[in-house]
Amino acid sequence: MKHRLFWPVAALVTLILINTIARSQFASITVRDGRLYGALIDILRQSAPLMLVSLGMTIVIATRGIDLSVGAVMAVSGAVALTIIDGSSDPNNLGVVLLAVVVAIVVSLLLGVWNGFLVSLLGIQPIIATLVLMLAGRGVALLITEGFITTVNSTPFEFLSTGYLLLPFAFFIWVAAVVAVGLTERRTALGVLTEAVGINPEASRLAGVRSRGIIWSAYAASGALAGIAGIIYASNIKAADANAAGQFIELYAILAVVLGGTSLMGGKFTLAGTVVGVLIIQTLESTMLFLGVPPAESPVFFAAVVVVVVVIQSPRLHRFMRGITRSARSRGSAEPSEDAGVAI
Amino acid sequence: MTLPADAATAPIVEMRGITISFPGVLALDNVDFFLRPGEVHSLMGENGAGKSTLIKALTGVYAIDSGSIDVTGTSQVFRGTSDAEAAGISTVYQEINLCTNLSVGENVMLGHEPRKGGRIDWKAVHRLAAEHLEGLGISIDTRSLLSNHSIAIQQLVAISRAMVLDAKVLVLDEPTSSLDRGEVEQLFTVIRDLRAKGAAIIFVSHFLDQVYEIADRITVLRNGKLVGEYLVKDLPRDQLVTKMIGRQLDDLEAISSTAARAIDRTDTPILKATGVGRRGVLEPVDVDVFDGEIVGIAGLLGSGRTELVRLLYGADRADSGNIEVAGTPAKMTSPRHAIDRRIAFSSEDRREEGIVADLTVAENILLGIQARKGLRKIRREKQDSVVSEYMAALDVRPADPDMVAGNLSGGNQQKVLIARWLATAPELLILDEPTRGIDVGTKADLQKKVAELSEQGLSVIFISSELEEVLRLAQRIVVMRDRKSIGGLDSRRFDLDGLIEFIANQGEGSAA
Repeated sequence: MKHRLFWPVAALVTLILINTIARSQFASITVRDGRLYGALIDILRQSAPLMLVSLGMTIVIATRGIDLSVGAVMAVSGAVALTIIDGSSDPNNLGVVLLAVVVAIVVSLLLGVWNGFLVSLLGIQPIIATLVLMLAGRGVALLITEGFITTVNSTPFEFLSTGYLLLPFAFFIWVAAVVAVGLTERRTALGVLTEAVGINPEASRLAGVRSRGIIWSAYAASGALAGIAGIIYASNIKAADANAAGQFIELYAILAVVLGGTSLMGGKFTLAGTVVGVLIIQTLESTMLFLGVPPAESPVFFAAVVVVVVVIQSPRLHRFMRGITRSARSRGSAEPSEDAGVAI
Repeated sequence: MTLPADAATAPIVEMRGITISFPGVLALDNVDFFLRPGEVHSLMGENGAGKSTLIKALTGVYAIDSGSIDVTGTSQVFRGTSDAEAAGISTVYQEINLCTNLSVGENVMLGHEPRKGGRIDWKAVHRLAAEHLEGLGISIDTRSLLSNHSIAIQQLVAISRAMVLDAKVLVLDEPTSSLDRGEVEQLFTVIRDLRAKGAAIIFVSHFLDQVYEIADRITVLRNGKLVGEYLVKDLPRDQLVTKMIGRQLDDLEAISSTAARAIDRTDTPILKATGVGRRGVLEPVDVDVFDGEIVGIAGLLGSGRTELVRLLYGADRADSGNIEVAGTPAKMTSPRHAIDRRIAFSSEDRREEGIVADLTVAENILLGIQARKGLRKIRREKQDSVVSEYMAALDVRPADPDMVAGNLSGGNQQKVLIARWLATAPELLILDEPTRGIDVGTKADLQKKVAELSEQGLSVIFISSELEEVLRLAQRIVVMRDRKSIGGLDSRRFDLDGLIEFIANQGEGSAA
């Protein structure tokens, strides 16, 4: 049996190969001033916001839920962080930046808790429950920034997205997040209990699983991770743009989760798959820039590639292919008969 | 293999040398199966014997690895269920797959609606549907919503749908598992009628009585291999059972001593429920269970058996009554409260409320203790030892802890569930229909296990539709009817007829 990450990884490798064949410098990595540069390194850096959001989305989807509010939470988080930094007397003070980051994450966490409250305690359908915040969140962000796009110049804050420690600092942030979430889910029983709740909520409840708490924590984690994503986004553009921050990211995150092999039906999830899914999307974005696909055509190009990747992974297609080889085999071994192969 | 003497009628279906393997399992090994027009043919075997695999090969769900399938003398290769349907093979599955939110007529004619000028002629749809249904002896309003009808009617609607497809072969997979006695009769009348008209019918059921009542011929499978094909009149039941499980079945006799066991009822009961009920669901009921005692709950489907134990377990909330566990009052508003007081509950609905299908057997067994323990993961060695201990104790087959639980047969899923609960070291185990839809051999295994556990001091509440089972295992029986308790009895003083009589008549005039 093939490993379940086989097709996602194959898709990613193929994408990188195509790029390298088209322009060989795609794969080249150069060292300058003790820093690594190159298209691949850029992909690792730019992946950070989508990666963080998709991690949370994976856990939420595993519980049979969905979190549409992640983009809006990013906007709120960025607005909170920049408002604090902007309001301080010394934007370059490390303490101020740390405070801003912590407060922004806590606010995002609370927004996630709100989603979890609606879903797990009030029993509202996840898509509706998180739609509330998806629509209202950007309004909240605009309230915080008083309707303006708050901009700042703060070296420590900018370091989050553009800083380097041999590799981009943003890369380390998402790796740390992947490791933290991975350890929490798999080193404790949270992962398997989350899957149980996602596969069969009623059986889990009767088995004594605290499904309410597990679902709640998934949304809280998703909120917090979206908050960190919002901070990195704001740091990258040095501004809190309530309308543009994390726009459509919820949809890309869902796509990354599915590309990675986690089913939207909930249950079994794979964080490694999600990482690969995000890298596929990010590589695809770079590919379009790299190959010079005109901006007007890029969504079509993007869609075409995604369709191919999704179809390749379709279990039904795999069954179909197996069916063909299997019936060909059984036809070969059956006694020759005139209409044996004729489909009726 | 040699065919019985009356094999003169040319078979309508000839399956020869059918072999199907799944990763690691040879599900069918060179099996022959012949079906003749105008017969009801029963496919018998334990869970995992290969009955459903054979049916799925015939209905085009699975492709066969080797062998041949001939229908009316023509060799067939089924690439999907539609190929099989086109060849005249129609299936009514265990879980009826109809659209309950459509009308009866729409369901009967789905996909075959007569058209007039490019649009569906609804008048004709309902007229034809009514004709098909009347052909089966049922007259209901075809414009009524299917969900408003009983499971039995839905079953018949599914059969009439097969008639629309002009099926020559009708496959009925456990059609009676959720029907009451009268409904079974209705279904059998239809089956006999279809047989008289020359249809070939495959009838799969775990109810031996029903097989002997309706079937003409029996094919027995065991472990994916063909045991043989027999005429029903030539095969006494004990021989059938022996052929199915490959050993003599004296085991059940040994169990019956359990019911006669004396229980010390002077101590504090492990569970004492007084007036537990819920408005519109269950009238207040008293139940008590002592150490090492098996209390049976008998009654027909819908009598309130399940409702009662769900209230005791906290799966649903009671709005009246008190529950004491080992002498101290207990608040049962959630399963967790019950679990904390060492009460375990295995639901009658294995698939929806028991097994977590996509998790492995090991994960399913560990789910109970892990949920109790919280987020701290059970140590690997401890996991392995618990899983192997309980898989061996209950003889879960195949003995592969990493197998996805949803792929196990029903009987083995039930064993996994009991393993899950036993691992939590309960003091009271509530088993709701643990033997439903399970083959004879596994049934005997499970009953033996329950008897054994109770002798070791575990208290059990045991619900079953099969009254023999309840009589065999339980020392005391609570009889339910119409969502209330109509009495508790000592099982030593009742035989089957007495119990049936009690269920049917007790309480009519003398309600306690």
